[in-house]
Amino acid sequence: MAAGGEVIAVDSTAAVQDAVLTTRRLLARGGGTKSALSAPLPETTVLDLRGLSGMLEYEPGEFVFTALAGTPLQTLATALAAHGQYLPFDPPWVEQGATLGGTIAAGLSGSGRQRYGGLRDFLIGARYVDGQGRLIRSGGKVVKNAAGFDQHKLLIGSLGRLGVLVEVSFKVFPQPQSYSTLRIDAGTMGAAVDLLGRLALGKFDTEALDIVFDEDDAPAVLVRLGGWSTVLPQRIASLRAWLGRGTPLAADEDLALWRQARALAWLPAGTAVVKIPLTLTEVAPLEDALAGTGAHRRYAAGGNLAWIGWPGDLADLEARLHMLGLAGLVLVGQTTKPLIGVRTGENLAARIKRTLDPNNKFPELA
Amino acid sequence: MTSAALLTELRQKIPAAHLLDQAAQLAPYESDALTAYRARPAAVVLAETQAEVVTIVRLCHQHDVPFVARGSGTSLSGGSLPVEDGIVIALNRLNRIVSLDPQRRIAVVEPGVINLDVSKAATPFGLYYAPDPSSQLICTIGGNLAFNSGGAHCLKYGMTANHVLAIKAVLPDGEVVHLGGESLELVGPDLAGFFVGSEGLFGVALEITLRLLPRPEMYRTVLAAYRSLEAAGNAVSQVVAAGLLPGALEIMDNLAIQAAEAAVHAGYPRDAEALLIVELEGERVQVEAEFAHLLQVIEASAPYEVRVAKDDADRARIWKGRKSAFSAVGRLSPDYIVQDGVVPRSHLGEALVTIQQLSAKYGLRVANVFHAGDGNLHPLILYNGRTAGDLERAEELAGEILAMCIGLGGSITGEHGVGVEKRRFMPAMFTPTDLQVMAELRQAIDPREVANRGKMFPLADAPVLTSHGAHPLELAGVISRE
Repeated sequence: MAAGGEVIAVDSTAAVQDAVLTTRRLLARGGGTKSALSAPLPETTVLDLRGLSGMLEYEPGEFVFTALAGTPLQTLATALAAHGQYLPFDPPWVEQGATLGGTIAAGLSGSGRQRYGGLRDFLIGARYVDGQGRLIRSGGKVVKNAAGFDQHKLLIGSLGRLGVLVEVSFKVFPQPQSYSTLRIDAGTMGAAVDLLGRLALGKFDTEALDIVFDEDDAPAVLVRLGGWSTVLPQRIASLRAWLGRGTPLAADEDLALWRQARALAWLPAGTAVVKIPLTLTEVAPLEDALAGTGAHRRYAAGGNLAWIGWPGDLADLEARLHMLGLAGLVLVGQTTKPLIGVRTGENLAARIKRTLDPNNKFPELA
Repeated sequence: MTSAALLTELRQKIPAAHLLDQAAQLAPYESDALTAYRARPAAVVLAETQAEVVTIVRLCHQHDVPFVARGSGTSLSGGSLPVEDGIVIALNRLNRIVSLDPQRRIAVVEPGVINLDVSKAATPFGLYYAPDPSSQLICTIGGNLAFNSGGAHCLKYGMTANHVLAIKAVLPDGEVVHLGGESLELVGPDLAGFFVGSEGLFGVALEITLRLLPRPEMYRTVLAAYRSLEAAGNAVSQVVAAGLLPGALEIMDNLAIQAAEAAVHAGYPRDAEALLIVELEGERVQVEAEFAHLLQVIEASAPYEVRVAKDDADRARIWKGRKSAFSAVGRLSPDYIVQDGVVPRSHLGEALVTIQQLSAKYGLRVANVFHAGDGNLHPLILYNGRTAGDLERAEELAGEILAMCIGLGGSITGEHGVGVEKRRFMPAMFTPTDLQVMAELRQAIDPREVANRGKMFPLADAPVLTSHGAHPLELAGVISRE
């Protein structure tokens, strides 16, 4: 029995519906990799979805699969890799046990989203149980579909507050045969941001485009290319010539580097982990706002995604985000309010919440 | 429904020149590209500012009068069909590109901006807007957003929803909301994604933030001619099995080829039973390597002719034929219905055989042009509206095709939306609970159901179905039905 409430383990859709109807307040949990989102709340039953696991349909030629929400990402990645395919939005914590449902509810994509898009670009349908125990289908199992209201979009980033995902369908793509990464020591943050701006308008199809920091807090840009192994060395050489500098990483180094990125292994233990959506022009102001705080940073997806390791009080970070007009999501850390900073569309979200969960079976969205 | 009081207030608040209420002025707004439906609104407001749109929506809500927002009226599902005696909010004059930021690769536009104009504005920066419905010369971003429009590149690049990052919208009860943000990433529920494709039922988008993509360094396009549709369908499977991810994979059947040739002389082999167009794009060396492999795969699929686009002009000619195929087929018949069903790609061959059988059963010709990469079929059912019973038979045939799509695990619409046209098929695709929840969500957002009343939901009052021939713009070759 977890602190704050009981745990109900479910292994079927009917069991999820039953749990919603018979508990007063509950929160779904998958692999528990995002502790700020799955930690037991007062008087709230934890719905353990790890038993609701497995691939239901996968026809590689369709570029589509359907799986139960509690399926570990690792299981899926293995099944897809057997057919040369992958999850192009590159979700974090694959090897650490994250599940499909938890990844959707948290709304997480990783560095690899740079090439083809994020979670919202690959989720094509879902079945979920709302706060009234109703099993609802949204979207479909084909890559192109314009029928009905896309509630599966709402469930992205909903933190389990609107419904419990039970079954999800994704578009997938063939994975590049091989990868190669160029590291450019930018010297200054301004130079790193300029480099990302140049690459954003350049001819190179980048798989990942991140700014990382070394032990002395000096920024470096990582540019990852992927594709046919026969022409990859030529492409890397062409990129290096275009940039005028850069150090190519060895193949094993490349793999290790991006595996660590996926695991957020560069973050020291004990810091809170916060995701911040932003754009390239907001990177420098955020850097300024974080200066001297001891925050660990990584900017991914061409400056669209900041990962912050926050050592201090989260209220302090929230105040800084407010000043910049930014929003954040606390993934790891002690908090009951994981959404911090500036929010948009709250009134519409509240109307939707009242419709799908009129009895507040799930925690508040705010 | 009484709209006299509303009209009086509108006259006070909207400049007279922006308000149309005479029969002759209203006639062009009575239908959209689904010309079989027609309804006369009480008035059309040519909104020039976002504030005017908000004013109109609030008045409609107060007076309980339904409104339909409309762009260029190219909807093929009757999505912008007016409500009889309701208000039409015409958004074509709300057509500013508010900003375009190349560094962040985003454009902020008003709903009346024409799809292709976004790419035109982005071209000097080496960027473009990816969704490319065939009507992109005239259709607007507002309409694309409302119906989650697609195009020929959806497998690789997604639909409109994947390219809309933020929306400023007025909800049907007059509340103005901001959804999403400028970043490609987000936290909290994806409200902008939810709003896209809501077919105007959630209100009117006033300002839309679009994601722009860098123009690929190189395109390579190949056209292959086959003796059977099945062979072309198999070639698609082989291309996909080869681990390739083409930007576009399109098939046309012989009837469509004949029509396209007659219309634009694209240089297609006229005797082909099926034509496959495959296009790769990206970095030059990567594309060249993939293209060499693609040609091997195509050669192995036993086409009787293969043509590789030699240059940009050649490529443009191939696409012109493809994009004009629909209006071209219209030349073969006084009337036609375009369907928009989706099947899983591996069932394409089976679906085409069924369509051929249905064509024979109903004695109506069916031309096929489809997005093979994403399984989106566009069977074109040819009929003559002046022949008694022809339209009804065509509708019945169309219905059987949609039933087949659902049976194969697909969808009733890939990119045209439900509108009025496919409302009756919603219960075949969704359970009563699914539909109930959608109705409740609509209630929460539009308690008086004033926004685009009569669309999407199956139980709404059915407007009169009559045959009126092609849309005037279509006859002029400006728009096409796909």
